[in-house]
Amino acid sequence: MTAATESSTGPGEQAVDMRTSLASFQLPNPVLTASGCAAAGRELGQFFDVAELGGVVTKSIMLKPRSGRPTPRMAETPSGMLNSIGLQGPGIDSFIANDLAWLKQAGARSVVSIAGHNTEEFVNLAKRLYNHPIDLLEVNISCPNVESRGQVFACDPTASARVISAVRRAANPNVPIFAKLSPDVTDIGLIARSVADAGADGISLINTLLGLVIDLDTMRPALGGVTGGLSGPAIRPVAIRCVWQVHQAVPHLPLLGMGGIKTGADALQFILAGASAVSVGTAIFNDPHAPVRILAELQAELAARGFASVTEAVGFAHRAVAEQEEFFASRKLGVGA
Amino acid sequence: MSGPVQEQGEIFDVTKVGDYLQFTVVAPGVAQSYRPGQFVAVAVGGPDSSMLLRRSFALYGVKPGGEYAGTIQFVVAAKGRGSQWLLAQRAGARLDLVGPLGVPFPLPRESVPAVLVGGGYGTAPLLPLAEHLIAAGSEIELIVGASTASRLFGELAAKRLIGSVTVTTDDGSAGQRGWVTDPLPSAIERLGAEIVYACGPMGMLRAVGEVAAAHAIPAQVAVEESMACGIGVCMTCVLPVRGEDGLTRFLRSCVDGPIFDASRIRWADVGTLPADVLGADGM
Repeated sequence: MTAATESSTGPGEQAVDMRTSLASFQLPNPVLTASGCAAAGRELGQFFDVAELGGVVTKSIMLKPRSGRPTPRMAETPSGMLNSIGLQGPGIDSFIANDLAWLKQAGARSVVSIAGHNTEEFVNLAKRLYNHPIDLLEVNISCPNVESRGQVFACDPTASARVISAVRRAANPNVPIFAKLSPDVTDIGLIARSVADAGADGISLINTLLGLVIDLDTMRPALGGVTGGLSGPAIRPVAIRCVWQVHQAVPHLPLLGMGGIKTGADALQFILAGASAVSVGTAIFNDPHAPVRILAELQAELAARGFASVTEAVGFAHRAVAEQEEFFASRKLGVGA
Repeated sequence: MSGPVQEQGEIFDVTKVGDYLQFTVVAPGVAQSYRPGQFVAVAVGGPDSSMLLRRSFALYGVKPGGEYAGTIQFVVAAKGRGSQWLLAQRAGARLDLVGPLGVPFPLPRESVPAVLVGGGYGTAPLLPLAEHLIAAGSEIELIVGASTASRLFGELAAKRLIGSVTVTTDDGSAGQRGWVTDPLPSAIERLGAEIVYACGPMGMLRAVGEVAAAHAIPAQVAVEESMACGIGVCMTCVLPVRGEDGLTRFLRSCVDGPIFDASRIRWADVGTLPADVLGADGM
């Protein structure tokens, strides 16, 4: 497989500067794993060096060990899958002692995703991580909770803001916090402005879409959890639309984009729509090398379009045609050169 | 021991065996570190496929050979769209493979009499296991069963290997009518077996485990659970398994299995959320 370090630029093409940032978190490149699709990096470490990635986003961790839901937990869908894992995990103490320690010795940049039943649990998680070497905190407010009667925090701007402001106060001030948003809302820009006002340093989007599959043999829901989260390339246009709208709603906030990225070209769409970095999720199940392959492909896609750096492509699709042409004219390269 | 690799394996041969197709694929990286009981995860539908999830198959007939000579074998049964795509592939085509995956069958340090039980194409991974056991001087018996004769697999290869095989079919179309668990007690007693190995449908594995337990011997079984990734990151293929500490955990069939001690699997609770499984109170 293609190594991320391999140069993907051809003769005569300039190397693309792949460095990017998510608030104060500086990344050597913009490709990360997506929460829940890479465990805590160790399994993928069998296939490639996880330190080559922009970062490893760990599966959402909760305070206590969590069993997850009964099987079946997964159904394949057209260009995607529906899952109801239910945040199976070892709890924060075991996570810090084993998973975070492994990521550290592997030299990986660690983005820790946290999830809680209520605001207090989120706050306690942020406090537990206060003195540990993490690069970014992704606050998974798009998971089930008890405060809003089975809804997710991220469907309600007030509940979202309450969690984010509490986590921002409790977390290490040197660690940026990103709110992870759900696409299952009427106005995602409204939620984005709400978490921005509450102190989020950036936004991760999108989480899975709520779906359901009926098993025609049993004529009952296919998943043990009845409903599940839809992921994979099937949801990609929804994700890019959300990145587009949130970039317009909160243009000053960095975005970590995800949802169905399978190729470097897919990743470039997210960046052009406004994402400063991207997470690769379900594609890992199809191809364990997907993150490093996508990184190499993205670099080639940027080079082919005449971009000298990934940062100058962020949000580029929002610019007017004349402005785009001027950008390339100024460096004596045509669009698509 | 080196871990799994991802490689593009060229199909060397596809042979019809009863209702199944036997694939022989040139995959030296997978073959290199293979141990009996491990499996391979195969991408289906080509690069632009709408089917994202790999299909997992138990490996057998692995010839490690030199760096470029390694071949692997696995059996495909027509089930869904993914296996239908595989069944349309012919020699010369390439398959995207990840393997070898999972923990292998635990092998006894010394020779021990063992009974091997295969259901349908579940017999496949038992053939290389039988080779290892025989090479170690163990006396073994093999029982293979299926719903009907065309769904048996590997009984000829097993006869060549072991000398005799007991065959059962639900409809009596081959061997004796009945289930593999019918001749199992007498095989255990005749051999003085100290262990049972099995691969097949979950119901069969549970029944084999019960027979072994009644004879106070362990059963090591290879489970078949629906998987998305095969490498331990997706958490879809979990089973409730009781640990040595007495605690039950949801363990991943792909990396904690597929081989489990049958007495540790809480068969009646598969597909449920037992209240005493670790972390159930955190839900």
